[in-house]
Amino acid sequence: MSTQPIKFYQTGTFTVGNRLLESSERAVQSNMRRTNSLNSGHRACRGCGEALGARYAIDAVMQATQNRAIAVNATGCLEVFSTPFPETSWQIPWMHSLFGNAAAVASGVAAAMRVKKREHVRVIAQGGDGGTTDIGFGCLSGMFERNDDVLYICYDNEAYMNTGVQRSSATPPAARTATTPAVGKHPGNPFGTGKNVPLIAMAHHIPYVATASIANVRDLEAKVTYAMSLRGARYVHVHVPCPLGWGSEPADTVKVARLAVESGLFPLFEAEHGEITGRYALRRPVPVTDYLKLQRRFGHLFGKNADPAAVAAIQAMADRNIEHFGLLEPTQ
Amino acid sequence: MKKPFAITLDPGSSLANKTGTWRTERPVYLDRLPPCNDACPAGENIQGWLYFAESGDYETAWRALTKEDPFPALMGRVCYHPCETACNRAQLDEAVSVHAVERFLGDLALERGWDFPAPQASTGKRVMVVGAGPSGLSAAYHLTLLGHAVTIFEAGPMAGGMMRFGIPKYRLPREVLDAEIARLERLGVEIRLGARVDDLEATLAGGGFDAAFLAVGAHVAKRTNIPARDATKILDAVSVLRGMESGEAPRLGRRVVVYGGGNTALDVARTAKRLGASETVIVYRRTREQMPAHESELQEALDEGVMVRWLNTIAGVDETTFTVEKMALDASGFPQPTGEFETLEADTLILALGQNADLALVAGIDGIAVADGVVSVDERMMTGRAGIFAGGDMVPAERTVTVAIGHGKKAARNVDAYLRGAAYAKPPKHELAAFEKLNTWYYSDAPKTIQPTLDLLRRRSTFEEVTGALDESTALFEARRCLSCGNCFECDNCYGVCPDNAVIKLGPGNRFQFNYDYCKGCGLCVAECPCGAIAMVPEEI
Repeated sequence: MSTQPIKFYQTGTFTVGNRLLESSERAVQSNMRRTNSLNSGHRACRGCGEALGARYAIDAVMQATQNRAIAVNATGCLEVFSTPFPETSWQIPWMHSLFGNAAAVASGVAAAMRVKKREHVRVIAQGGDGGTTDIGFGCLSGMFERNDDVLYICYDNEAYMNTGVQRSSATPPAARTATTPAVGKHPGNPFGTGKNVPLIAMAHHIPYVATASIANVRDLEAKVTYAMSLRGARYVHVHVPCPLGWGSEPADTVKVARLAVESGLFPLFEAEHGEITGRYALRRPVPVTDYLKLQRRFGHLFGKNADPAAVAAIQAMADRNIEHFGLLEPTQ
Repeated sequence: MKKPFAITLDPGSSLANKTGTWRTERPVYLDRLPPCNDACPAGENIQGWLYFAESGDYETAWRALTKEDPFPALMGRVCYHPCETACNRAQLDEAVSVHAVERFLGDLALERGWDFPAPQASTGKRVMVVGAGPSGLSAAYHLTLLGHAVTIFEAGPMAGGMMRFGIPKYRLPREVLDAEIARLERLGVEIRLGARVDDLEATLAGGGFDAAFLAVGAHVAKRTNIPARDATKILDAVSVLRGMESGEAPRLGRRVVVYGGGNTALDVARTAKRLGASETVIVYRRTREQMPAHESELQEALDEGVMVRWLNTIAGVDETTFTVEKMALDASGFPQPTGEFETLEADTLILALGQNADLALVAGIDGIAVADGVVSVDERMMTGRAGIFAGGDMVPAERTVTVAIGHGKKAARNVDAYLRGAAYAKPPKHELAAFEKLNTWYYSDAPKTIQPTLDLLRRRSTFEEVTGALDESTALFEARRCLSCGNCFECDNCYGVCPDNAVIKLGPGNRFQFNYDYCKGCGLCVAECPCGAIAMVPEEI
């Protein structure tokens, strides 16, 4: 009878905090003295996933570096809603140059730190999926292949939200955007397009690559913290739902992110030097329809002119991820 | 502040942008009513005391528990725990084993010698309580804490009422009962044993009492007309169980038939088994589903070898030959005779057909009304005679220890109000924390801890306690299975998931507060609160 292990069932293996745990074992986000890198008063929409993801990631960076970090930001929602000149929500050293050159600027800042023998000051670059997977992709790949000492964080909301929801190379198939309207024979973003930047980053054999989600803050923080313990080029790709662009309820942002993970459409994994070293096993697997139906950008797949073939194709994508990453095998 | 070249504003200067103006709905923290608390006849704040038990602070948990109920060790054993039937966790995996944790706390309190807090300053008022059963003892406890002097008049030789003379000791060991009653006496409750009250008015006036609470219970066995020869041995369940306590174990013979389908029928059947009966048969005229006895107790009885003849009535007895008639349910679910008869052999018939209250005490008192064999009381538990209250089995209610303890508390609060010349205002009930209000993603699966049970062989032959206790680690595990429905347990989810940092964490024990200057009203905190302790309300525009 006395061999039953005591766990923190009620107070959370899964919640942000836990009053029964030592404070050193709790999430950064449960700390009363977290940095709040991205402060109140920013102009992000209600329920913005990117604002949440950025605070999660950068607060973890600040804790891991004892507040010695500089962030370079690409153009995009994150820059526009946080820093309409001359005002800013950031409470960290932060700079913005252009849409496509965040990785290059960060490489330069890292080089400057090296020359000035201030290598204890760490460098972060961050941007949305547009600035990362499309416009800034060349600079990013260069930063990877030179193995510059930068952690690049991509907040992936799967389209250009800042300019009015245009398609990016991270937009999923069938999703409606301003440039892939839900009209015609195959409405929404065509199947067979887009790219998987975490896998491309792994192909550079850089020290660390990880995917993360705002639905799992402890996992996200652990990955960012681990990344900060390493030197060289590192990449973390964070899935951040956008209520405006995806047509989901602001209150559902975390739920939508959770369903993306649990359906297998957004697998959580980490890799070192091009080899997968860890993955998150699905806890309560769901069909992709649970995820799709919460978003109006997929609304044309259901209802009067339903497109079961497209839904099946999306389910097949999820099944492939589950198979490829072994998402149903229990973790140790 | 001196700023570097070309810098005009501070970091974080967006604070000037009060995004709270965007809001059309606002989140508010609230405490909803957990289903366990809602279902508890004794009005325990179960979620509240489990909260302390979860952190291993057992003394605080016990003190929170005993604010409502003075007998955790006892109730953790005999209560049929309607809280567990209502528990939201049952829809996730299995209900929290509340009674097992309650019993653990109660036993720990006895082991460590925790006592009740000192009563409030004396009010100078005196209250008499008639009957030292669960209801009377509970009322005495609460009245004493409120500063009134309480004297209990008990007709029997020992305190405890049906807890002693109705519940067998394999369910409630007497040392537990004695210890919890002794603690109550240490608080200052005076219990007069062998003090039957024959003239209520005279005792009230003679003792200088300002109010009375009557809780004499229901001890008079109901009879039924069964054609029987004189030689047949017919006993009633209440007398058999009472005989067990007074040291005159009745001779029942080898084959025993128990007639009835309530908890008392099971108690007496299981007692007969332990006294050496090789065959114990319960004859009940309805079906298993209709049996008023608690399912778990029926199962334990069946495990111990008690047999049940469903849909049977006893038509007649001729010495040791019993004639039973088969029944069949009619369209409305009532048993009807079929005219088919069978016989069985038995030495003793024990009737367990329910009990009546002996209401001689209130006969002839002006204003006290009796209907259907029980005393009528109003919503304050007061009889028609001002200052005389009644509760427990002698008033219309379900007859369980837990209900009786709840009556005692309710009556005590109203007696207190009556003595102060005021009316007791019950605090309003919070909205129910139904399962749909929870976000159960955040709770992981954890099956219920099973209490150890005594070996079957010993259950058939001894009166040792059947159900074992949880030890500290298992009790802690079980306490932590609580979902804290409707009440903040400081998981920090709202503080974490707000994209606008509009949740202020106030520190351990102080919960959280919204910063409405910046809250945009997205509702993420509400959606991600595991226990449903936040609600969205429309802004007044």
